[in-house]
Order: sequence, then structure tokens, then C-alpha cells
Amino acid sequence: MTLRLYIPIDAGALAVGAEEVATAIRGAAARHNVAIDIVRNGSRGLYWLEPLVEVATPLGRIAYGPVTPGDAESLLIAILGDGAHPLRHGPTDEIAWLKRQTRLTFARCGIVDPRSLDDYRAHGGYQGLERALAVGAEATVEEVVQSGLRGRGGAGFPTGIKWRTVAQTKAPQKYIVCNADEGDSGTFADRMIMEGDPFVLIEGMTIAGIAVGATRGYVYIRSEYPHAVAAMEAAIATARRGGLLGGRVSSSSFAFDLEVRVGAGAYVCGEETSLLDSLEGKRGQVRAKPPLPAHKGLFGLPTVINNVLSFASVPIIMEKSGAFYRDFGTGRSRGTMPIQLAGNIKHGGLFETAFGVALGELVDDIGGGTASGRPVRAVQVGGPLGAYFPRALFDTPFDYEAFTARDGLIGHGGIVVFDDTVNMAKQARFALEFCAIESCGKCTPCRIGSARGVETVDRIMRNQDRAANIEVLEDLCNTMKFGSLCALGGFTPFPVMSALTHFPEDFGAQPPQPRLQAAE
Amino acid sequence: MATKRQDIRRQKPAPWDKEVALLRIQERLGREGPLLPILHALQEEFGYIDEAAEPLIAQALNITRAEVHGVVTFYHDFRRAPAGRHVLKLCRAEACQAAGGDPLAARAEARLGMTMGTTAPDGSVSLEPVYCLGLCAVAPSAMLDGRLVARLDESRLDALLAEAQQ
Repeated sequence: MTLRLYIPIDAGALAVGAEEVATAIRGAAARHNVAIDIVRNGSRGLYWLEPLVEVATPLGRIAYGPVTPGDAESLLIAILGDGAHPLRHGPTDEIAWLKRQTRLTFARCGIVDPRSLDDYRAHGGYQGLERALAVGAEATVEEVVQSGLRGRGGAGFPTGIKWRTVAQTKAPQKYIVCNADEGDSGTFADRMIMEGDPFVLIEGMTIAGIAVGATRGYVYIRSEYPHAVAAMEAAIATARRGGLLGGRVSSSSFAFDLEVRVGAGAYVCGEETSLLDSLEGKRGQVRAKPPLPAHKGLFGLPTVINNVLSFASVPIIMEKSGAFYRDFGTGRSRGTMPIQLAGNIKHGGLFETAFGVALGELVDDIGGGTASGRPVRAVQVGGPLGAYFPRALFDTPFDYEAFTARDGLIGHGGIVVFDDTVNMAKQARFALEFCAIESCGKCTPCRIGSARGVETVDRIMRNQDRAANIEVLEDLCNTMKFGSLCALGGFTPFPVMSALTHFPEDFGAQPPQPRLQAAE
Repeated sequence: MATKRQDIRRQKPAPWDKEVALLRIQERLGREGPLLPILHALQEEFGYIDEAAEPLIAQALNITRAEVHGVVTFYHDFRRAPAGRHVLKLCRAEACQAAGGDPLAARAEARLGMTMGTTAPDGSVSLEPVYCLGLCAVAPSAMLDGRLVARLDESRLDALLAEAQQ
């Protein structure tokens, strides 16, 4: 009997020793003369348990973690015996943290072998494409419109409307571009999908191509994600061999093919128009809109440009219907959001759930508070351009409009937790410094405003003309917010102003608020 | 192309060679928007973008040398000079800051006797900031010659520094 084990090949698992664990378990198995088959899956998203080793049993997959190479011997003995081990968590699917999620986009991530097209198909893969081919292009676009899916990259624009615009624009060539330039700190969902379930992205982009009449697509992946690049290139080659990309997609009359392009370390290329310029081989500078990419996108031709998670949500929408997807969520935020819990957090990872869950529930209950054990003081939601929220705003429901109403944004769904040792003036300064480093330089408010902002925060921190300089900072933020061409300059004021508004004591405001130390 | 990336770890670069550079450029001319793929290929081959490559690319793509230079200098990834034998990147973004990344970065600078964004005079190591490796749930994180290391603490960092100084 061959023992089947699952050890993730996800970059987050590799970074904490998954490869060494796999090697040690192979060694232990050889010593015990046990035949084993190790599947290198994606991550289930429970990162505090990584490296997570799963064992296939008649009762389902049993989870052990976090496993070190030193545990290999005792783990193997346990698996061969009754399974009892200090690192055992029981059936993976029964782990409460996983069980309370609603996994639609991440349904297969961590479960399938990301290199196997057969495994993807065995878990429902390519049923969405089959339905798209059966109902035709127009009905496919309408299904996506009906689902209420909005751009998961951060802007939240309705995906179906974007597709409809491209479908209705006549051109000799159209493009599908996937924005996999996931540069926001605190986010890693795109990386997880590309490494753990790459075919779902390929399927989503293929459906988009058929729906709008595009035959060519690009996946623009940031260079900081070499494992995702390798996984996508391998999956594209496999899909091509399997007849799912190329001249006749799934034996239909539609042609569609994909290519991976690698970014070069510019954060601003996550902005869709600068990404398009980068793909064209130019400096990644932002374009003024209009024209919209849907009318004049890549090489001036109609282009659907969506985030990884947007495309990866399309197959299940097509398989189960737009209404099915739409039934999850709240208000105008429909479906599920893969939320990423990160930073100083006890239970960090990927938590996919319907929109509407309260921020505090995500941080305190699901996330378990800080890893350091100190009180949570602030969370930054939505990446480097997202606002810092204090505990007082923890009742904010996780949806696009609720965060906007409180001068924040959900962005790409990352939540970075900070404990009470954080200095919020320093975080405000960093937001401006980061903007100065990454500004593409095209518009003045962003290029100059960020640099002047850093200097102004420095003066405030030095207690130099404090009141006057705070006024300058507020004025500067307004200029950046309303005068910048894109979200980099336009949203950098969110972290700056939220830090100043909610944590004035860190900027030396009088009287200083007494801060409680850890009460537990 | 896919096979070339199988080993994600950094390869030892070859010395600048005009003929090889021309070959790498030629191989990519048929692609749409070939400039970034060309620059990546040259950097993978030689470890940096030699200034002598710029006119070769400009001629092949029928664009100005200034345009090529503008692109090379716009992106953080493209090097104008060879890096150290080892490249240690420390994530300096918010999630890693929240998890104690700042004191670790200061420790790396102190122990190596160099500042972030420089290469040691003996050419042993380049110490560089990176803004997010997507390992935010196992922060703080680093990358040494393409190998990822997370849940960084003082002892794990010191082991990386020792490796980088070899």
C-alpha cells in the first residue's frame, strides 16, 4: 500500500521549510521501507500551520502542522500507527478556521495537484468553460454581469460591464490581460491561486476571451513571485498540450492562447494603465483615462484587464450561474472575498468568506489577535494605499461601500495587524516615502507631493511648527487625493490621514492619550 | 523558456558578450512588446544590463537609445552594474514591519557593515530592500539568491548573513 501525503509547494510554505520537510519524510519512509507518494499541493491557507502535512486516509485528509524536518520520523511512525501525534489537527476539512469559510474562488486551492490537469478536471475544472461554449459569448457576458462580480484588484468596477464594453467594441484584435502584479503588502491571494490552482485562472481568462472575442492573453506577474511565474508557465504549457489553449479551445471554433510576462519591480505597474505600458515595453507610466482600456488598451486595442481573483471567480460563476454567486454577500458587494490576514497576527492566512463580516471578527476572532500577544492597536486594510483603522472602527462590515464611507478601502482584501508598539507617525511617513520611491513621475501631485509629505511628517515628528505643518500635510494630502492621475498618489493620503485622524497622539497631539498596556 | 525557470535560484552570471547579447535580442524580436523580455534575458545572462547593450537593443527595436535607457532605469529590477556574489533582499513593507522587520533590517545593516541598497566593497553581497514577497502571513521574510525564508528572527537572519558573506 502506498501512503499518500500532501506537502505544499506554495512559496509561503517553502519559505518556512516545506521542501526540507518533504525531503526528511522521504528519508524516513526509505528507512522504514514504506512506499510513499508525496503530492505537492498549494497551501490550504492556514499559514500558522505551515508546513502543513496532510495524509490521505479512508476518513479523509488528516492534517499535521507546523511540521519541521526533525518531526519527520515521529510523524511517519504516527501515521503508520493510530495517527496520534502532538501536531495532529484531525481531518483538515473539520478544522474550524477552514470550515467556517465559504470557498468559491479557492475551492480547489490546497486540495488539487496544481500541476495536474486531470486533477483539476476531477474537481470540477473546465465545467465553466464548457457551459460558456454551450451558451455562447453574449450569454456568458450577461452571466458575469448578473453575478455582481466586481474587480478584486481593488477598484471594484463591475467585471461584467467591463467585458460587455470590450465585447461591443469592434477591432481586428482584442486582448485579455491578467493583472498579477500583486504588490500590496498584506496580500498574497493571487500568488496562492497561481501556485495552488493555476488552471482556474487559465480557465477564467479563456472564458473572458471567448466572451469578448479576444484570441490572445497575457498574465503579467511581478518578478518577486518566481514560483508563481514557474507554476503559471507550466500550467499554460499543460493546458496547451491538453487542447484547452491554442487554435481550437476544447475542440470548439474559438482560438485563445496565453503568455506569461514578468514585471520588473515597479509597484505602480499594478495600476492597470501603467501595466499596459509596461507590457508594451515602455516605462510603466500611468495613462490618463479616457480612453478606457476597454476601448484602447494594450497596443491601443480593446482590452479586458482584470485581477487574478476576478478571472479566477469566473469559472464557478459560469458553472453554477451568476445568481448562485450573487446570493452571497451584502449590498452592492456580491459573492465572496478572499481575505488575507497578515502581519502581526496569530492565525494568519487566506480566509474566503461572503462580504459583510465585521472587521473586528476577522482580526480578533478569526485572526486570534496578534502573534506577539500584545493588544491590537491598528490594522491597515487594503495594502499600502489603505487606511489605518483603530479598534473603534472594528464594527465596519467588510464590503466596498462600508469601507469607503469610513475613509478607507478594502483594496485587494489584505488586512495587516499591528500591536501597540507601532508608531503611527512613522507609518504615515512610510506611506509617503513608499509613494515617493514608487511614483511613476507622470503627475506632479504624486511625484512632488510624496517627497514634500515625507519632509513635512519629519518636521511634525521633530515638533517643528507642529500646528502649521499638520495644516500643510492636510493640504498636501488633499492635493494628492484630488490631483493625482491614479490611485498611487490619489490613495496615499488614506494611510496618512487615517493615522493622523485616529492616532493624533503619535503625532504629538496634546494632551497625549494614556495608552493601556497588555491587560491579559 | 519554462525549463529555464525550473531552477528558481540565481545562476552565476556570464561575462558581458556582445554576440550572446545580440542572440538573446534576436530570439525575442518576434514577440509583442519585446523590450522587457529582452532586458530580463540579458540580466539573467550577464547579471546586469551593460550600457553597451542599450544601442544594440535600440537598433534592433528601431527605437531611440534614450527610450531604452529610460526603460532600464525606470524599473528597480534592472541593474546597471553587477550585483554581489550573493543578493540578500529583506522585505521592508508593512506586514513585515508589523512583525518586527525593522529591527532585523537594522541588524543586517550593522552586522554586514553596509546600508540597504548597496553592495559590499569585496563584492560578496548586495543588501537590498524589497517591497513585499507575498509571504505576509509568515512575516518577516527575506530572499537570498532566489531562496525564500520567512518567520525571520535574529537567529534565522544571522544564519542568512553568514551564508551571504561566504
